[in-house]
Amino acid sequence: MSTVEQQRVAKETGFAVEEFERTDLVPIFIMGKRYDVPSTLTIQKAFEYAGYQLIRGCGCRGGICGACATVYRMPDSQKIYVGLACQTVVQPNMYLAMVPFFPANRAVYNLEELAPNVKTLLKYYPEITKCMGCNTCTKSCPMDIPVMEYISAALRGDLEKAAELSFPCVMCGICTSRCPAELAQYNIGILTRRITGRHIQPAATHVGEMIARIESGRYEEPLKKLMTTDLETLRKLYVDRQMEPHTGDEMWQPDDKRWL
Amino acid sequence: MGYTPDLMALIKRVEKTRPERVARKKAGEEFPALTLEERRIRLENYHPDFRVGALRELKVGPSKGYEVAQEIADTFEARSRVDPDKIDLNEIHYETDVLVIGGGGAGTAAALIAQEHGARVIIATKLRHGDANTMMAEGGIQAATKGWKDSPYYHYLDVMGGGHFENDPELVKTMVSEAPKVIGWLEHLGCLFNKWSDGKLFTLHGAGTCRKRMHYAGDMTGAEIMRTLRDEARNRVKDIGVLEFSPAVELLMDDKGRCSGAVLYNLETEEYFLVKAKAVVMATGGSGRLHMRGFMTTNHYGATGDGLVMGYRIGVGVRFLHATQYHPTGAVFPEQAEGLLITEKVRGAGANLVNIDGEQFVFEREPRDIESSSIIRECTDVGKGVPVPGPGNKWGVWLDSPMIDMLEGEGTVEREFPAKFILYKRYGIDVSKLPMLIYPTLHYQNGGLAYSPDGSTVVPGFFVAGEVGGGVHGANRLMGNSLLDIAVFGRLAGESAGKYVKERSEIGGLSVEHVRKYHKELEEAEIETDRVSPMVLPDYGNPEVKKRQWTTTYVGTVR
Repeated sequence: MSTVEQQRVAKETGFAVEEFERTDLVPIFIMGKRYDVPSTLTIQKAFEYAGYQLIRGCGCRGGICGACATVYRMPDSQKIYVGLACQTVVQPNMYLAMVPFFPANRAVYNLEELAPNVKTLLKYYPEITKCMGCNTCTKSCPMDIPVMEYISAALRGDLEKAAELSFPCVMCGICTSRCPAELAQYNIGILTRRITGRHIQPAATHVGEMIARIESGRYEEPLKKLMTTDLETLRKLYVDRQMEPHTGDEMWQPDDKRWL
Repeated sequence: MGYTPDLMALIKRVEKTRPERVARKKAGEEFPALTLEERRIRLENYHPDFRVGALRELKVGPSKGYEVAQEIADTFEARSRVDPDKIDLNEIHYETDVLVIGGGGAGTAAALIAQEHGARVIIATKLRHGDANTMMAEGGIQAATKGWKDSPYYHYLDVMGGGHFENDPELVKTMVSEAPKVIGWLEHLGCLFNKWSDGKLFTLHGAGTCRKRMHYAGDMTGAEIMRTLRDEARNRVKDIGVLEFSPAVELLMDDKGRCSGAVLYNLETEEYFLVKAKAVVMATGGSGRLHMRGFMTTNHYGATGDGLVMGYRIGVGVRFLHATQYHPTGAVFPEQAEGLLITEKVRGAGANLVNIDGEQFVFEREPRDIESSSIIRECTDVGKGVPVPGPGNKWGVWLDSPMIDMLEGEGTVEREFPAKFILYKRYGIDVSKLPMLIYPTLHYQNGGLAYSPDGSTVVPGFFVAGEVGGGVHGANRLMGNSLLDIAVFGRLAGESAGKYVKERSEIGGLSVEHVRKYHKELEEAEIETDRVSPMVLPDYGNPEVKKRQWTTTYVGTVR
């Protein structure tokens, strides 16, 4: 999509490329049905080109929300590939289906009460012990996450490791859809992450200290002054404010400490 | 795949100037920043908002006479999807205390806090719970948490400066004062912010900040926050119900002028449902899928600014809708990645912007509107843009990411920007060794519905939170203040709504008279159009397909 501005400049400078007809069509098979689509499209845009108005299977269009997980095969092979439709470019003869939802098991819990150990996981997701170590989940992950590794870490009681490894998870559910032991890996993953954030990693003490300062009313007057000062003074304060250096030390302090 | 041979040849020019640029940065020398006057001139000459024809005066409604983006004016000057004569207001399908419209960060935060105040909540969302711009935010969330060097005073100055000093002072004061509390809240809910081993939070600079106060979780801070808030809402399933694929298309009022619910549209079954509620929190987010000025957008599929027109029709005015934010660095190659957000943090980590000759032309940490204007200037009047291969007439400039590994150590790019590293790798490009090709992309709705610091509006029972609201960012939002905005004002709106419903004893007779009145106003302003709004979904249909859809009807863009 060319912007209004780019089209104007193209016209003025004469550097215009004629809109050409897309002759570079390739066949793909959406749920077994053939459609010929431009070869540069992503699977998601190919659906729209083919005539689908996406309701399911379309979210952020940017590879992070997990709405458009797609399973596909290529000709003459039984191998199943997984990708995100919004990120994966079509290939000729791709044989695909989107999996916009999977009814995975999800426990309900109160984070405050949870103990940061494997017993918690066993309580809420007892099926985790049924993991067969087949690694299908890892092979099915469109984000290249070592899923089985984080499940193993969780089983070992290393919740922090499970949290770290599962972090880029977009919660698309493909791992669960293919797991023979019916684990909901991605739901186990987020439980380990929240437990780690709340109960394992130390809290940031400076946050509590700052909240206390604010509640003591310390910044009321300084902020009021900024809110009511005239525009010229405000601009000057802004332009003159000292900048923390980019490569500075974490404990750097400004010269003027009146407003801390 | 990878870059074309032409682009690889041009990259050699970037590699030639890189050692010197890295050395200058290490020595603390930056490209000179623009003065306030130079900023103003740059904006007026190159920012898309200032182009002739970008804005149009509203002819109806509470902000009549105000010039807003054309594409938003189109949604305001349109008819409702609901016919007041056909709707049976006695048939109520859902009843609750607080109806939250929008299942993103602001909406979910509001739902959680309202629930903590004893309210029953329904979240009605267009797509899935969590399908929102929040999920896509990357760089971080600003807050002055480090008292030895920072405070809300400095954060206030930064927000005002970024917003051209036009921001609403009360809203800014509220946001910067609540900010540390919100970081504590998110940490308490289990968000995995990057930390030192003693628990101290990592923080970085953003553009326009005088302190490193951007807290982050990898390069997916928004996703981490959204996943966590959504997970918590799911744990409170007894009190918080979520209706997915059920966008609101019109608000309901009662005969005492209080907002009392909404009409929802089930996208899958095409049914309309009425929800009766004692309070409504509007949190529908942004409007990037309206594609202002033909720009690609970073926004999610459902970002069509729905809440704006719904709030407008019940009498809530709008602010700063003449100021659309273009994120300076949107991917522009390969075509499949077009419009994708490359986080400002890449520039925060030291990467320069350079033109076709490998020369710097702007300080890479100017506020976004200045940065975008500078890139547009470089690709137009200066004529030193890099031509982008593919259909259309597109240019870009280089974002020199390999500098980061040279400044901070090998492996930094892959470690700090995992999502983008993987994304480009899929396209055969290693961004720790090759620069990214970028151009400004439509990113954020700086303005929106007018609201007070507690989230309330001029309409009793109607609250606003998040990107759909306007005033706190002035004419230009700084990076890291959007995640802050949704968390602060989502919580405050939830609290206000939770308290309001305790006081509100009853809901009077339901009415959609405001729709009738609005349609009349359109007629009187002689606006003849077959447009309907809210848009609900952008139209990405294939015209060839539409020719063959002999019996299909579209209401606006929705089949």
